[in-house]
Amino acid sequence: MSTIAMGHAGTEAVPAGKKGLWSWITTVDHKRIGILYGVTAFLFFLLGGLEALLIRWQLGAPDKTFLSPEAYNQLFTMHGTTMIFLGVMPLSAMFFNYFIPLQIGARDVAFPRLNAYSYWVFLFGGLVLNASFLFNAAPDMGWFAYANLTSKQFSPGLNVDFWIIGLQILGIASLAAAVNFFVTIINLRAPGMKMMRMPMFVWMSLITQVLLLLAFPIITVALVLLMLDRNFGTHFFVPSGGGDPVLWQHLFWLFGHPEVYILILPAFGVVSEILPVFSRKPLFGYAAMVFSGCFIAFLGFGVWSHHMFSTGMGPMADTVFSLGTMLIAIPTGVKIFNWIGTVWGGSIQYKTPMYFALGFVAMFIIGGLSGVMHASPPADLQQTDSYFIVAHFHYVLFGGSIFALTAGAYYWFPKMTGRMLSESLGKLHFWLMFLGFNLTFAPMHILGLNGMPRRVYTYSAGMGFEFWNAVETAGSLILGFSFLVFIINILKSLRSGAVAPADPWHGATLEWSIPSPPQEWNFAVEPTVDGRDPLWEERRKAGGTLPEPARVSGAGIHLPSPSYWPIITAFGTAMTLVGFLMHVTLWVILAGVAITMLGIFSWAFEPADH
Amino acid sequence: MALRTPSLRRVARWVPALCVALAVLVLAGCSPDAYPQTTLAPKADFAELLDTVFRRSFQLATIVFFLVEGALVWALFRFRGKPGDAEPAQTHGNAMLEVVWTVIPAVILVFIAIPTIQTIFKTAEVPTDDPLVIEVTGHQWWWEFRYPEYNLVTAGDMHVPVGRTVDLRMTTGDVVHSFWTPQLAGKRDVFPKRDNRLWFRTETAGTYPGQCAEFCGTQHARMAFQVIAQAPAEFEGWRTGLAAIGAPVDSGAPAPAADPLVDHGKQLFAMKGCVGCHMVIAVGAPTMVGPNLAGIGSRTMIASGWLPNTDENLARWIHNPQAVKVGVLMPNLGLTDEETTALVAYLRSLSVTPAPGAVATTATGN
Repeated sequence: MSTIAMGHAGTEAVPAGKKGLWSWITTVDHKRIGILYGVTAFLFFLLGGLEALLIRWQLGAPDKTFLSPEAYNQLFTMHGTTMIFLGVMPLSAMFFNYFIPLQIGARDVAFPRLNAYSYWVFLFGGLVLNASFLFNAAPDMGWFAYANLTSKQFSPGLNVDFWIIGLQILGIASLAAAVNFFVTIINLRAPGMKMMRMPMFVWMSLITQVLLLLAFPIITVALVLLMLDRNFGTHFFVPSGGGDPVLWQHLFWLFGHPEVYILILPAFGVVSEILPVFSRKPLFGYAAMVFSGCFIAFLGFGVWSHHMFSTGMGPMADTVFSLGTMLIAIPTGVKIFNWIGTVWGGSIQYKTPMYFALGFVAMFIIGGLSGVMHASPPADLQQTDSYFIVAHFHYVLFGGSIFALTAGAYYWFPKMTGRMLSESLGKLHFWLMFLGFNLTFAPMHILGLNGMPRRVYTYSAGMGFEFWNAVETAGSLILGFSFLVFIINILKSLRSGAVAPADPWHGATLEWSIPSPPQEWNFAVEPTVDGRDPLWEERRKAGGTLPEPARVSGAGIHLPSPSYWPIITAFGTAMTLVGFLMHVTLWVILAGVAITMLGIFSWAFEPADH
Repeated sequence: MALRTPSLRRVARWVPALCVALAVLVLAGCSPDAYPQTTLAPKADFAELLDTVFRRSFQLATIVFFLVEGALVWALFRFRGKPGDAEPAQTHGNAMLEVVWTVIPAVILVFIAIPTIQTIFKTAEVPTDDPLVIEVTGHQWWWEFRYPEYNLVTAGDMHVPVGRTVDLRMTTGDVVHSFWTPQLAGKRDVFPKRDNRLWFRTETAGTYPGQCAEFCGTQHARMAFQVIAQAPAEFEGWRTGLAAIGAPVDSGAPAPAADPLVDHGKQLFAMKGCVGCHMVIAVGAPTMVGPNLAGIGSRTMIASGWLPNTDENLARWIHNPQAVKVGVLMPNLGLTDEETTALVAYLRSLSVTPAPGAVATTATGN
């Protein structure tokens, strides 16, 4: 890596106003927005975890009455919806925000104010969805909301409407963010960073944005149709009017299966960053990793009906969707083998991020193998909608995504805060989480194969389900406790953690070449890149060590000004949709549209500097 | 760089003991005998077909699991970094290896795909061996079974003869449900205004529990049923007995001894409005709001296949259904204890008493 000078030399002070609540509300800095995403998503994640603990407590023994059936149904629906849309997706978005610009050597994302808008829309969407609890009308029909249970006849309350509107708002946030990151990665790479030199996290993020751009319009349309059915008397999914509930299933999973890869590909990227750094050797099979990721994403759009084998699609459709699904195992296997190839022959440094990254590989293998089993429709006819499936997707989304995102949190925390996390607390967190996770979810394989269906608020004594359910509940308490250790670790570190150097792990990518935390402009001089692991090459050239980068005056560096128009536009957007939730209150909708239009115009004509 | 990995070594010391403990637990907890609803002990041809494919994929997955996890764990110990280690060889990949580990999984998948496709087509066949057709209708939250061959309808307990294929034609009266008796067949969802098919043939008499497997609202967890597979003669006895309930009594036959409590219950059944939703004749009965109650006295379970059919439970159920199963359509009728007792006596009297002839055939083992 070499550097070229950029920006004007000068002695001008950077404008004040970088502190306080107002600076966060008006920020357009991708790093601050990343932190906002992270903190918000982590709080929602804890809420989803609390919902899970209540679910586990109810199922800890047969015929319990700790939760009413209605409360249970709301909790499992909100647990799934929260973890997917308010937990894992925005936690990934935290890393997209903070590290895509840093890893490609950019000063910010392509559209900083749109970035702020995405965050605020996401926040409002999460709040609207959870506001349903205040009305005792939390969604209660499962996160995939199968028609025709969602029709006005069978779900007369606001529960389904809250879900529709909440997801529509969140979808706008996701789409705006996806456009932003896509353009950022394509256009703002530092000189010399060709596509095939991008860090693997940037590659997997790019593929994720493509999936978001293609998948979210589908769920948007499906949700609009469902809203029309419920509030405007159409019959897209209502059989008495000639509609078809199976149509919903097709639309939902046409979105829903790519969504699974939206949840896991960023995790693949994070782990592909961590394994090489802590093995002290480059990622094995870079090109194979890139192309397998693309292949997974491409195939991900052609396998949706494997969620529907029990609907009776006929042998031809079953065969096609089964074979397509099995094909996905091949690029996924390639990824796993390349991760093992990365640590193979390395010099493994057992730091906390590496623990979680390796935990990810070990657990994701299990989730992948059970996935191959129910790619086969005959096996799936027994496994679908049973606890075997619940085990499978938790091995993929918790053992996979959450382990990887936690690895990313430990890996990048020093860069984001300038403080190191405690290694001993980190390892305690890992072992508790690893134990708690397996105790909670491994027995679900056994229960599912032995006939326990999912989404049941209780089960009768004598079905044989007692023992393993009790084990799972105990495991979930350990799992919950592990996150308490994580929180303590974070708080301790923020108060009194060791000061982080620019490059605590001997990283390979550009974010480690600048001070921790980075200054507002990221790179005082624009880096140029001539390889895949720029910092390693730089260090080798320098004879093994690099000097600690100095914090510099950013005088003369042009950055976009803070703006409150993104939050106002986001508020208008959310208000417009909430108008539809309140059984189509016209003045709310019109006021929302007016605020949105005002926001967009003011935003467009806001002077760049003021 | 200083490297400390004592925690890893300390954990490693416990691994063998943990493995043994885990194996004992898993073996004890996995035996399918302990689970009446298991998929691992199929008792009908359809379930056996599914089980064969599952076993093949499970065996292959187990082998892959041990090989891959083994390689990973071995690498984690073997390539543990030590302080002062030189930089390891900077390998970037290996084209040959990439090809190998692309091809091997593909080959393994072929061994799963072949039986998969064969079984998909086998299970999609329509039975032609003079099957017993049963029309299944899912309702929030109970199952209705209609036998067109005998013009009978019942609910909760599905009686089937062993040795004869059962051909299920399934639909729903309201939302999407999924019919699942794990020991006999896989799941099949039921949709409004559409017939979905499933079939099975069992050679083993027994009671096989099943339940709805697609979330269908408040009481999805309590939408169970039993499939009762009986020897053909016993099955004949059941269906003739069911048909006899409420049928006009032959003038020649002796009138059954009148039990005043039962009579009182019968009057209450009409007066309190039970008849608005329930019929007590199985022959040619239409679908009502609530399940058909002919034969309720001798059903295994009430309240949709999960509450044992004792007098006590039946009384509790009639007295205040919402307290037993919140959300059901059946209202609290405000019955007194005496009225409840009378109704229980009446419902108990609606039992299937096998016709004497049928019992005789069974007894002689014909």
